[in-house]
Amino acid sequence: MPTPRYTLTLWRIAVFIAALVPLAWWSSQVAINAAGPEPGRYLLLNIGQGILWMLFSTLSLTPLTKLTRWKGFTLIRRQLGLWTLTYALLHLFCYAVFILGLDLSRLGSEIVRRPYIIVGMLALVGLIAMGVTSNKWSMRKLGKRWKTLHKIVYLVLGLGLLHFLWVVRADLEQWSLYAAVGALLMILRIPPIARQLPKFRQLIKRPGRASV
Amino acid sequence: MLIKIAKPGDLRESDVTPESVYLSRRRFMGGLAGLGLSAGAGLALSGRALAAASDYQDVPAGNPPGWLEPKLANAEWESVVPADRQLDKLTPFDDATHYNNFYEFGTGKGDPARNADALKTQPWSVVIDGEVNNGGRFDLEDLAKPSRLQERIYRLRCVEAWSMVIPWLGIPLGDVIKRAEPTSKAKYVKFETLVAPEQMPGQDSSFALIDWPYTEGLRMDEAMHPLAILGLGMYGRELPNQNGAPFRLVVPWKYGFKSIKSIVRISLVEEQPVNSWQAIAPDEYGFYANVNPEVDHPRWSQATERRLPNSLFNPNIIDTRMFNGYAEEVASLYQGMDLRKNF
Repeated sequence: MPTPRYTLTLWRIAVFIAALVPLAWWSSQVAINAAGPEPGRYLLLNIGQGILWMLFSTLSLTPLTKLTRWKGFTLIRRQLGLWTLTYALLHLFCYAVFILGLDLSRLGSEIVRRPYIIVGMLALVGLIAMGVTSNKWSMRKLGKRWKTLHKIVYLVLGLGLLHFLWVVRADLEQWSLYAAVGALLMILRIPPIARQLPKFRQLIKRPGRASV
Repeated sequence: MLIKIAKPGDLRESDVTPESVYLSRRRFMGGLAGLGLSAGAGLALSGRALAAASDYQDVPAGNPPGWLEPKLANAEWESVVPADRQLDKLTPFDDATHYNNFYEFGTGKGDPARNADALKTQPWSVVIDGEVNNGGRFDLEDLAKPSRLQERIYRLRCVEAWSMVIPWLGIPLGDVIKRAEPTSKAKYVKFETLVAPEQMPGQDSSFALIDWPYTEGLRMDEAMHPLAILGLGMYGRELPNQNGAPFRLVVPWKYGFKSIKSIVRISLVEEQPVNSWQAIAPDEYGFYANVNPEVDHPRWSQATERRLPNSLFNPNIIDTRMFNGYAEEVASLYQGMDLRKNF
């Protein structure tokens, strides 16, 4: 049964608000002095993780669509992709302002010298490339190549996780959780596994038959 | 060799004093301050006492063990202070106790404050062993007893490029080492933190890269340097658990990770020990770990530091100083050494 139009509109607005909630929460923590003695670093690190939440959400849409065939998941793909880019730009902004103190000469030298920053910047370049080509005009113009171009999202995921891994100092637990989610989303794209997903739809729809 | 281990229930000298006679340091200081004010005189003692007491008005009262109380009351206040007290203003107690790297309690900066309550700091004993004539297991009280507490206001520079200014209360590390009577073979001092996963959740993590116990080391001449202390308190009170209670190392000219917390073992050894961070990433963390603005961490610059607390509008970035500003006192220890190699 097709979802009514206004429901889909509400759904898109809800996703938009949900993507804003973490930013609002962290900002409020800073505003009430609950973010510790280094609020800039607090924002930097939390937004950094937020990038991965947004990226994971974006990458979960294809498997979810296969599972449910619900149109709503496809409708928020561009929005979530752009949220990923927005979070990544905010992350870079925090680094440049709060860690480097806007010393632009240092930004240049750090980008060249620190492997984890090189990797992070490469991931950002990938996100920007997808962001600027996310409009209908670019899709038409690029045609088939558009899909190829947007496959860099997988590269971005790998670079992002590598960037995160190189920041870890002494405990891999949190990183391992993120890496596991990333790996799961990739596994769901392996063709033989991806082909199984629609079958689960039958199971969800008719649980009675599943037990046979 | 007599090794005396006090049981928690044992009576101590401080217990003999009737409570009515014993005045807490703060009440005593308050009395002095009142006296000084009413007399209108600038007595050096009362002026000093007033300064020490009023600096810590926002600090919640501690709950020191009985033996530490008289030591706190009798501390030598402001025995070492920064030359520029405007630049090196004290970090608020709340920040110094809620922004910690103490991986035994978790990797987040707020984890130690959240989790360290479970740490049992009384009774506490310390093993001193290795190349010493007077080793054994000592009750912390006995280890600290012969030395008067001194207040040392030191800059604390973390290897992560942030810094604070902390008023420690401690005793010279050299005093404790001397009393252990090191042999001629003792070339280094190795320190170990408590291992107690039931009290320290970080030690339970199977993803932790640190091979517990957390281990640190100093060269003998570094350990004997008068700036190196064993900290028993801060901000006029005993150490909060998240800051390394009941006692820790404080070596102000080295990156913070050298100042090992909650120490249970001090070994005098012949060979240079491998400290925990060096074991994890030898290309990033060395044995010496002297604060040095010219030698970068491979992942970030050490030329500057963020003095905390800072704000979004002012990241408070200041230049990092050679040996964290203690070059005059300690540079001679490293004469002729290539500090780029011995980072």
